[in-house]
Amino acid sequence: MSGLAKNLRVVQALGLRSIRQTFRRPQLMAPIVVFPTLLLAIQTGGAGSAVNLPGFPPVQSFLQFMLAGAMMQSLMLAGNSGGIALAVDIEMGFTDRLFAAPISRYTIVLGRLAGTAALGLFSALWFLAIGLVFGAHIAGGIPGALLAIALVTATAMAVGGIGAAVALRSGSASVVQGLFPLVLVVLFLSSAFFPVDLMIEPAQTIAQYNPLSLVVEGIREPIISGIAASDTAYALLAIAGIVALGLVLSARALRHRLRVG
Amino acid sequence: MSTAISVEGLERAFDEVLAVQGIDLEVGEGEIYGFLGPNGAGKTTTVRMLTTLLLPTGGRATVAGHDVVGAARQVRATIGVALQEAALDPLMTGRELIRLQATLQGIAGAEGRRRADDLLERVDLAAAADRRVGTYSGGMQRRLDLAAALVHEPRVLFLDEPTTGLDPVSRKTIWEEVRALNEEGTTVFLTTQYLEEADQLADNVGIIDSGRIVAEGTPASLKAEIGHPHIRLQLEEGSIAEAEEICARIGPLLPPVDGRTVLVEVEHGAADIPRVVRALDEAGIGVGSLELVRPSLDDVFVAKTGYHLEHEGEGDGEDEEEAVTA
Repeated sequence: MSGLAKNLRVVQALGLRSIRQTFRRPQLMAPIVVFPTLLLAIQTGGAGSAVNLPGFPPVQSFLQFMLAGAMMQSLMLAGNSGGIALAVDIEMGFTDRLFAAPISRYTIVLGRLAGTAALGLFSALWFLAIGLVFGAHIAGGIPGALLAIALVTATAMAVGGIGAAVALRSGSASVVQGLFPLVLVVLFLSSAFFPVDLMIEPAQTIAQYNPLSLVVEGIREPIISGIAASDTAYALLAIAGIVALGLVLSARALRHRLRVG
Repeated sequence: MSTAISVEGLERAFDEVLAVQGIDLEVGEGEIYGFLGPNGAGKTTTVRMLTTLLLPTGGRATVAGHDVVGAARQVRATIGVALQEAALDPLMTGRELIRLQATLQGIAGAEGRRRADDLLERVDLAAAADRRVGTYSGGMQRRLDLAAALVHEPRVLFLDEPTTGLDPVSRKTIWEEVRALNEEGTTVFLTTQYLEEADQLADNVGIIDSGRIVAEGTPASLKAEIGHPHIRLQLEEGSIAEAEEICARIGPLLPPVDGRTVLVEVEHGAADIPRVVRALDEAGIGVGSLELVRPSLDDVFVAKTGYHLEHEGEGDGEDEEEAVTA
């Protein structure tokens, strides 16, 4: 078996393990599906008339607007859960089993990220299904839905890289879990749940410069109005930036972990 | 015999603390090497360096001819590792774990599945193969860990305290498996804090204390270094002073433990027992019990380090005694 084929098999096997682990551990699954679904239901039910505010983007319904935010929340928490699961692996010594195998050590991180990406895909499908069931229209049609799914999947992987870096650096599940409130703060200070133009300062300025806003808009546009090249390009740029940050931090953290044992 | 593991001046520092202080050792191909020492002596740090999980801060080591730093990938392809705390995912099933391990070793598809089935059968876990590892007992988890380490038929197997915390039955099951593997030609590097384990399994023993190897050799040669066996006599009647005087003519007396016990070193072991009994009987001294005590690895440990190893006496039959009741 060639080196590349072997590494791909390892990434696939570790990705599958990561998915199984998430589905078998309810405390990892709950933040990805249950919390964002509840928040979506509460916000849609309680703040639906926000769409009538002057300056609110033209949408079919508040649910249609909120789908991108729910997906974003879900994938951010999937990335965080992936980091927690990796830290648990470190704490219980499972990563030693992986480090002692004749594989590229980067496949260990890539395997985890493949699992997180799959959870991102699951999250995108889940929320699109909820949207369709409760009457939301996907303005971009099937191509728009596919674009949203692809962006959510890629962003989950990108965010997972940062979770993995924190896990590798700290080796502590409680440290990664400690990022949970931070994830929500960063998310609320983006356009995930409310249009940037309607925010008050300083939240508005922060949200404008928050790269997550670019990703959210990239996911939202195909849902509320159709595929827009510029929004997609900005989203991809933001995802690339998060990927680059995650890769650099993960590589440094991996080297640190191997040095300290 | 060719060398499976060679270590020269291996060191590992953690900040100011030198956990392993320049150790040297050689393990021959097909040998079981017992690495004996208390908690914190440097056993696990040494194993982690030899298995490429930790970079040394000094010295060098080769495993199966490959340098653990310069050719780490080749080392990892040659070794099997079962670490101190069985590194298992409680959410996976036994079968999933062995199959994952096979994939990590580049054994894919049907061959990986076949090996997983064979190994689960070998360690008597076939019936529990599809149960989650979290439901396994400690002994089952260790057996699964051992099976995972064997999936690629490694030339050198590292077992870091494989029986710590196990009950005697599970411990003996692991011992039997280690012996069987060794008979099949696998070199085994075994760390342990159980004297009996090292004595029972190891061809050669290295005793590590505070990061330094303080003694090395076969269990028999190490015990022989300590001295001759001694007879332990519990008097029933008669003068202890007189008994000591008689025993002193047969061999040097060891420091007494109480007012009714005499310890006398004998050169010829069991062959000296009749002489001792006859001499005491002729003097009218009654002996309640008599034991021939051979030097144990614990005696070696005490002689080399000045203290007893932790968990002393946990193993059954740790002191090599032959009791004779008079």
